[in-house]
Amino acid sequence: MADSDVALSAARPAGRNIAGLLPGGLVLGALAGLIAVSAIGLLLAAPGTDGRRIWTDPYIWSILRFTVIQATLSALISIVLAIPVARALARRPAFAGRSLLIRLLGVPMVLPTIVGVLGMVILLGRNGWLNQGWGWLGLPGRFDFYGLSGILMAHVFFNMPFAARLMLAGWATIPSEQWRLASQLGMSGPQIFRLIEWPMIREVAPGIAGLIFLLCFTSFAVVLTLGGGPPNATLEVAIYQALRFDFDLQRGLALSVLQVAVCACVMAVLMLWARPIAPEATLQTADARPDSRHPLARVIDVGWLLIGTVIVLAPLTALASRFVTGPIVTVITDSDVWAAAGRSLGVGLAAGTLSLVSGWGLLSTARWLDVRRQRRKLAGLLETTASLSLVVPPMVLGAGMFLVLRTVADPFSLGLVIVVIVNAVMGLPFVVRILNPPMTQAARRYDRLIQGLGMRPLDRFRLVDWPLLRRPIALALGLTVALSFGDFGVIALFGTAETETLPMLLYQRLSAYRMDEAAVVAGLLILLCLFVFTVIDKGVGGRATR
Amino acid sequence: MRRTLANIRHGGTLAALALVASTSLAAAEDLTVYTYSSFVSDWGPGPVAEELFEAQCGCDIAFVAVDDGVALLSRLRLEGANSPADVVLGLDLNLVAEAAADMLVVPHGLTLPPLDLPIDWDDEYFVPFDWGYFAFVYDTEMVEEPPASLRDLVENSDVEILIQDPRTSTPGLGLLLWIRQVYGEAAPAAWAQLRPRIVAVTSGWSEAYGMFLEGEAPMVLSYTTSPSYHRIAEGDERYAADAFDEGHYMQVEVAGITQTSDAPELAAEFLAFLLSPEFQAAIPTTNWMYPARFPAGGLPEGFTPPPDGPALLYPSETVRDNRQAWIDEWLTAMSR
Amino acid sequence: MPRDNAATAIALDRVSFRYAAMEMRFDVTIAAGAFVIVLGPSGAGKSTLLNLIAGFDRPTTGRLMLMGEDVGDKAPADRPVTTLFQEGNLFPHLTVAQNVALGLHPGLRLTPEQWRHVTTALDRMGLADLAGRWPRHLSGGERQRVALARSLVRNRPILLLDEPFAALDPGRRREMTDLVRTLAKDRGLTVVMVSHQLEEVRDLPVRALFIHDGRIIADGPMAGLLAAPASDEVRAYLGR
Repeated sequence: MADSDVALSAARPAGRNIAGLLPGGLVLGALAGLIAVSAIGLLLAAPGTDGRRIWTDPYIWSILRFTVIQATLSALISIVLAIPVARALARRPAFAGRSLLIRLLGVPMVLPTIVGVLGMVILLGRNGWLNQGWGWLGLPGRFDFYGLSGILMAHVFFNMPFAARLMLAGWATIPSEQWRLASQLGMSGPQIFRLIEWPMIREVAPGIAGLIFLLCFTSFAVVLTLGGGPPNATLEVAIYQALRFDFDLQRGLALSVLQVAVCACVMAVLMLWARPIAPEATLQTADARPDSRHPLARVIDVGWLLIGTVIVLAPLTALASRFVTGPIVTVITDSDVWAAAGRSLGVGLAAGTLSLVSGWGLLSTARWLDVRRQRRKLAGLLETTASLSLVVPPMVLGAGMFLVLRTVADPFSLGLVIVVIVNAVMGLPFVVRILNPPMTQAARRYDRLIQGLGMRPLDRFRLVDWPLLRRPIALALGLTVALSFGDFGVIALFGTAETETLPMLLYQRLSAYRMDEAAVVAGLLILLCLFVFTVIDKGVGGRATR
Repeated sequence: MRRTLANIRHGGTLAALALVASTSLAAAEDLTVYTYSSFVSDWGPGPVAEELFEAQCGCDIAFVAVDDGVALLSRLRLEGANSPADVVLGLDLNLVAEAAADMLVVPHGLTLPPLDLPIDWDDEYFVPFDWGYFAFVYDTEMVEEPPASLRDLVENSDVEILIQDPRTSTPGLGLLLWIRQVYGEAAPAAWAQLRPRIVAVTSGWSEAYGMFLEGEAPMVLSYTTSPSYHRIAEGDERYAADAFDEGHYMQVEVAGITQTSDAPELAAEFLAFLLSPEFQAAIPTTNWMYPARFPAGGLPEGFTPPPDGPALLYPSETVRDNRQAWIDEWLTAMSR
Repeated sequence: MPRDNAATAIALDRVSFRYAAMEMRFDVTIAAGAFVIVLGPSGAGKSTLLNLIAGFDRPTTGRLMLMGEDVGDKAPADRPVTTLFQEGNLFPHLTVAQNVALGLHPGLRLTPEQWRHVTTALDRMGLADLAGRWPRHLSGGERQRVALARSLVRNRPILLLDEPFAALDPGRRREMTDLVRTLAKDRGLTVVMVSHQLEEVRDLPVRALFIHDGRIIADGPMAGLLAAPASDEVRAYLGR
């Protein structure tokens, strides 16, 4: 054998080819740039901001206090209601309509917030169904909806079903041996709860509660519409008001800093402490539970399933009935509505595509790190950067970009561009969550074969990734397009008559208290959302793959 | 104000945005006018102004609407040097000094005709086009004993009210100043006392009045002239303005030429037009306010005459110097 | 291709590689046309040896020569190597013929001449009737034969097999191993095959490498390895 003496000197370091870092690096750079621009915007716009203002402005502290209180209560109530609902679903694995109910629980998560809020107002407002029924029964007083109670009810509507589905996934992780053991030992319902279910709940619930806390902490549309005034604002709403109402850049900056700091702390605690949450409720196999036949258990389960159903269905029903009887013709012949719908569609498609491409870029590098370099932790870290919007919420990003743009152009005319960017960032976690498992699986299985054959990136996409991942790609795109189609957030900061989107038009109708029209616009918004989602899901995803 | 109650009542297409969105991009127009939403509603003074003025000048004007008057000021500041606005219409006397000090407007250079205002007018930046008095309007079927004074409302009454946000709305700012005049340094305490009975603080007048008509609260912050609309346009005597012993805070609504305008001459012509007899005659039954120049035949039949009692008003300079501090005080009092 | 030493197909010269906490180190030469079986407990580094030769893993230090050429810088596809994995050799959404054709052009842009070549290779494997089928309609043995057909059309002098028949029935396994040996003999291929099924390979007249803890601790004819295990580790593996 030749030249064995020189062999060692010719040794090369392992990490030469770094092309795999490129896509994720670009996306990461873009995200970092976005944050930098926002930070610079906020800092430059408020020169000479006295750092002490954060500590001395009593208004800021009262907003923070309210934000924390409502988010804590929202998370607690959601989880406390979600546990018995999920338990009833877990204990009744085979009743008619079960899978329909589980799907129904998925609705509020993807329902445009502003639409859900409208449903709540129709149901619970001072002249809503509840108070009308109350008066009809001849009872005194009425239910006061605006303020903390309204915010909590709306947050429970949006998050309880979400929590219930995640909790149900927790139940599915209980090994079936434990149920058989419980049967053999003749455990009662309470004993099963204490010995089998509670330990699982204790592990899973804090993570879910933390996530809901974070979502409610940065809640915007719900608080803006149901808060009823300045005392009831989240930091997110207060940032919007400081900029758009007061033109108080210093306060906007102080609120933004506080917002990011709290979110980062909560995120850090969640990542260090909470167990990762299983993404979806699985339809578990029917394991006979010894406690499911008890008559009292039946009554309790049926009761909780009804409660869960009512919480989700009541606002939707209220909305639907108001839609059907509303001025449908007036609305669908209104060119403003269609112009707004067109803008929303444009924003949705642009944001969804941007989100998908960015998510793909991040995941390409993540799977390269994972599969080719065995750097699984680094890959996981890269995937978490997709959840940036949880730490730097939309209004902070929007406000920063707004203030930078302001120095070079009329920011209102560029409003939709910013809305697209912010919505794309918000869609990123969904894209990553949907694409990551199948993408990693495909890479683990085929990456060496692809390398061995010497496929180029484009051929790889055409011949391997696209056919294998077409359906999750379509799902991710459809979902992000639909979500930003219905989003009412940063647009509130930038919206003008020329850049009005459909959710913003709905907000205008809602806040002008034109409920009949609002209900019709909301119905239209949902139908268009569903239509867009279905077209993308079926059109891009194609028929079921082999 | 104002304001076109009609669009709320009859549920026609909204208003604020219909007119604006149907026109093309504001920048393409000869004259861009920033105003508050109810001004440009279908039954508001906006369409009248547009039709009359476009016929007069042979040009094209476009309205851009925001929630309410104070928001106009924030919008101009936010847009800074890149604002497409030529005219800002719908600030009120309270904001005149602040807008001028911020150099958001330029002098109009007009010689104004004699005006029917309760005060003298010699401002070089702004032209007043209508005026009125803030008042709490209530539903007589729901409120049996309306408060007799502002103090009565704050301290003794249990009636629930809807108000507007002083950070966006001129009526909201008006109430802030009204309470300040009545209570002085004790104003924050008065707000704290009132707070539990405030059903909602809306960002514009339209929202609050809409909620009021839907029955969300029996009383709303509006104008002494608001019941005129229900009386004249609907023949309905159900709504009344509550007369307060301390007197009512006065509002004068004004228009000015923005510093960023690229058509200052046309803008001045528009300001002069606002005081023309034709447009002024339309004010009472479109904006439901007192016109700056009363029509030759007097106010329409059934229109609420100006009250006899004392009028409250801060000098514009006092508001300029204290507005931010008083709003912060209000925010804090409301958030406790 | 410069062949300063044509008789040597594969040469690992003090090649080292870190995998998790284990430092592997290989020093071995394999002659052209040889058939080598790699044995050893799981996790010892058998697959890593193949991955290093194929280029899926890159050595930390040392030199790797294939067919007399230093291939340290070369991408897997550019090496004179083709690999057959235990599973995942075929894309489920491509037909049998397309899967084979990937060996001729990884972008699937083939000339008619090349397509005929694909048909010939399938014929040779007794798969002519299956050309238009999807992999999911094939048996496990058929799938591996399709993968072998692709190896043939790639026409590389070195064939690596990583437990290729582990998922098959015992009878099938032996049949496939014989098929590979015949092909290798016909075409003069150098074959390195990792095997877990000692029973299937114990009576083959081939060279055996025994890997333990990232080192080759025994190297020689299969029969000799089995008859007189060189160390305790080999004895333990053989169950003696």
